[in-house]
Parts: sequence; structure tokens; C-alpha cells
Amino acid sequence: MTKENAYAIVQAARSAGKVTGLEIINQLFDNFFELHGDRNGTDDPAIIGGLATYHGRPVTVITTDRGTTVGQRIAKHFGSPAPGGYRKALRLIEEAAKFHRPVIALVNTAGAYPGQSAEEQGQGAAIAQNLLKISQAQTPIITLIYGEGGSGGALALACGDEVWMLEKSTYSVLSPEGFASILWKDSSRAPEAATVMKMTPQALLEQGIIEGIVEEPTDHDQTIQNIDLVLEKRLAELVQLSSEELLKRRHARYEKF
Amino acid sequence: MRLYKAKNTLSERHVQANRQADAKVPDDLWRTCPKCQRTLFAAQMDEYATCPGCGYGFRISAKQRLSWLVDSAIPMDTDLQTKDPLNFPGYAAKLAKAQEKTGLNDSVWTGHAQIDNVEFNLGIMDPTFIMGSLGTITGEKITRLFEDATKRRWPVVLFTASGGARMQEGIMSLMQMAKVSAAIAQHDAAGLMYIVVLTDPTTGGVTASFAMEGDIILSEPRALVGFAGRRVIEQTMHTEIPADLQDAENVLKHGFIDHIVARQDEKSTLAWLIKYGGKQND
Repeated sequence: MTKENAYAIVQAARSAGKVTGLEIINQLFDNFFELHGDRNGTDDPAIIGGLATYHGRPVTVITTDRGTTVGQRIAKHFGSPAPGGYRKALRLIEEAAKFHRPVIALVNTAGAYPGQSAEEQGQGAAIAQNLLKISQAQTPIITLIYGEGGSGGALALACGDEVWMLEKSTYSVLSPEGFASILWKDSSRAPEAATVMKMTPQALLEQGIIEGIVEEPTDHDQTIQNIDLVLEKRLAELVQLSSEELLKRRHARYEKF
Repeated sequence: MRLYKAKNTLSERHVQANRQADAKVPDDLWRTCPKCQRTLFAAQMDEYATCPGCGYGFRISAKQRLSWLVDSAIPMDTDLQTKDPLNFPGYAAKLAKAQEKTGLNDSVWTGHAQIDNVEFNLGIMDPTFIMGSLGTITGEKITRLFEDATKRRWPVVLFTASGGARMQEGIMSLMQMAKVSAAIAQHDAAGLMYIVVLTDPTTGGVTASFAMEGDIILSEPRALVGFAGRRVIEQTMHTEIPADLQDAENVLKHGFIDHIVARQDEKSTLAWLIKYGGKQND
């Protein structure tokens, strides 16, 4: 893959015209009933989650959200969840596990919110708890990255059984700008970094980081239909597994790295 | 001067004209929403007793709520007798009056209920029974409600409304918080669903126990939800607190309420949540 088209994917992943998590929820899921709050002092608007039915099956669905108005975007830190957002997601996943309800997580975030308040509320600790607890959650968890998969902030919602990506999405340890500035002290070399980092869906699939890629035409409806085909099939297979088999498979998934 | 002695200025005539007015206006003709101050014609209020302005649900008795909430209901533990452990002066009379008014033995109605053929155990606290305070029998009835649900493998729905612990029963009231919580923990360990609906007011020991222990915590619009009362906070801390501090909407923003549901939608929402939210593949 040439550096031009790796960076073109980075730009496409960040584009304002991307399909949003709420669009996917509204079109693919019925009776979405939002559940707010981390039960610990905050309700981070950058994470939206709740109960819904998917092809008649009850599921818990969680998405990152960047907002549409200026006010929303500021409140949502442009889609970068605060520690309370990860705590909310975790409590919803644990509740889903109690009732053996599958979880579908939709991720598009530049990364976890890096502000002072996030540090004080334990951003690192919040992500760590997700990784720890989700590894043991006894229900199928499928993640779709539908834009940027920014580092630990994305991993905290992508550490379940399978991770799928839209064609024009990325998943990386750091932004290419950050990577270039740390290693080469020159953030303008981001396009080059994008290639070196192997952060495109195809490169990630080759490394065994993700299970597959969902075709993404410019038409949102068509994209959502493609997502539906994959999700329905994968979910139907995962719900057949016993809790033991599921967790064994999940641990093996991460052991190989 | 004659002009000033005569009682015929506009204001004087106005007062005279209205002297009989009080007697002519029936009692309870108007109600004022305590949240948005809108004045309502009481006769226009339907069985849900909500404010058309802000959606606030007025305090209603357990029996009134039961009349529109479920398709059928069978009460439990109506024979339990409330005790007077401190022999508190006047308490027996106060209890008798509350029992007569509400038809309940204590501040909660409990029983088996059904909506859309979905069966569950239901508890409704009654704010008109000594402000829904948590007495020994209130705690005992809720405990038995959970124990029965655990045996039957049924979900529990509990409507909370309480001023907090029942002062007249002293430490025995406090112990109910721990007793009920232990029964909820067993119900939870059995993988069963517990849905709380917070109604106005849910405070004190009830907030600090079973009101905050649900798998799903719903609330009615603008319900007062808090731990310490406004007067206690202000007199202890010597600072004023914001008017909406303990509004359900603000409590949701701080992460403790899942969803605010209008009273009119409670029946369908609960039926859906029980059907789809509970344990799958059973």
C-alpha cells in the first residue's frame, strides 16, 4: 500500500461525511431505549448506550458519539470519551452479561479525552478496568470501528470477541501526526507515518488484529446494510457458544499477540 | 373631607365585593404544580395526576397507581402487623389513621402483578402513608417480595417514594436498609432483573439502599431524588443549594438514573423492559 492511499484512508476516516453510530443504531436496531450514567457521578455524552432489539434479539448497543451541533461537540469532547464514558460502557456491558444479552459496540474516536479533569478522574484506570472486566464478561461482544480507532480509547470498547472495521477506518496506537512528531520530531510527515504504522483495515487484517472489513460505499444506507449482513451472521454464530467456550476463544484471541 | 370618608374608592369596593368569595369557591378546585408553579384546574387532572406543563407526577397513593399500572394484581403480606418498638407517644394513633386512609398495613403495597401476560413481583411505596417512611413492616414486605421473586425466578419492579427512615421506629428502621439489600443481593446473584422507578420524593435511607440498587433505574420527570433533605444540607453547610440539585433530571446528568419515563408510558415501558431486558436463553 502506498503512503498516499494509507493517508487517504486516515483522512476519509476523519471526514465529516462518515456514517454515525446513531444512524447505525436508528436503522439497524428497534426500540432503542437509552440507559444513562456510570452510577458513579457522571453521564458522559460522548458514549451513548442502551437496550434494543436486533432482528428480534435483545442486545445492548453502545456507540461513541461526536455530536452534530457546536454545543454537543464541545460537551462530547468531539467524540473523545471521558473516564465516566468508559465506566458507563463497562456497567452496561456487565449488566448485559448478567442477562446473557450480546453487546455491539460502535467505535469512532480520536482517542480517550486527554484533559485535566480526565486525568483527575482516572482516565487510565477507567480504561484498565474495561480491559480487565470485559475479558471476563460472559456474553458475546462484537465491535465495529466505523471511523477512527484511536488507541486505548478505542481498545477499551474493542476488547471483546470480534472487531470489524469499515473500509475507510483506522485503528492505531497513536495518531499518525503524534507518531511522526514523537519519532521524527515532524508532524508533517504524518502521511508517511500512516503507512509505516499499518493502521488501515487491510494492514490490520493481515496482522490478525481484526476479524474482517465491511465494504463502505459513499451511500450510508448501503453501508449500513453491509454492516447488518456481517453483524447478524457473526452474532448468530457467537450466541451458539457456551460461556466457557466464548471466554476461552476470547482469551486465545489476545494470547496470540 | 367627605370624599375621603366614603368607602367608595376602587380598592375598597373591590375588597367588599370579594368578602364572600372564599366561601363560594369549593376546596381543592385548583392545584399548583410544585415544580413549575403552573395552576391547574383539579377536575381536569386525569388518573395519572401529572402536570401538563412540566410532566411532574403529583404524589399519588399506591392504590391509585395500581389502578392504571397493571392488568392484574394479587396483594401479598397484608396480614403483617406494624410494631411500635419505641412505644413512641402518638405513633399508634398516627399509624391507625394512615392505615385507614390508605387501606395498607404499612407504607408499601406488595404483590404479584401482570402486564401483557408478563408476570413479576411489584412493590409500590405510598407517599400518603406517613410520607412513605421506611418502617419495619415496610422493610419486611419488600424483603419478602424479593425472596418470593428469587424462588419463582421472577423480576421485581419497585416504585419508591419515601421521606426516608421512620423516626418513630428508631434503629429498627435503619436495619431495614441492610435487610432489604441482602435480599436484593440474592435476587441479583440468581441472575434476575430488578427495575426501580423513582417517584417524588425518594430520599434518605431509601435512596441509600434499595432505590439505588436496581439493574435499571427509571424515574418520573422532576421527581425529588436525594439523600439529605434541603433543610439539613443548608443548615449544616450554611450554604444555599441550587433549586434543581435533587431533581431527577440533574441526578441523571450525574450518572445515577438510566432513563426518565413519563407516568403515562410506565406500563408499556416496564412490559418491554421485563420482556427484553431480562435473562435470555432461559
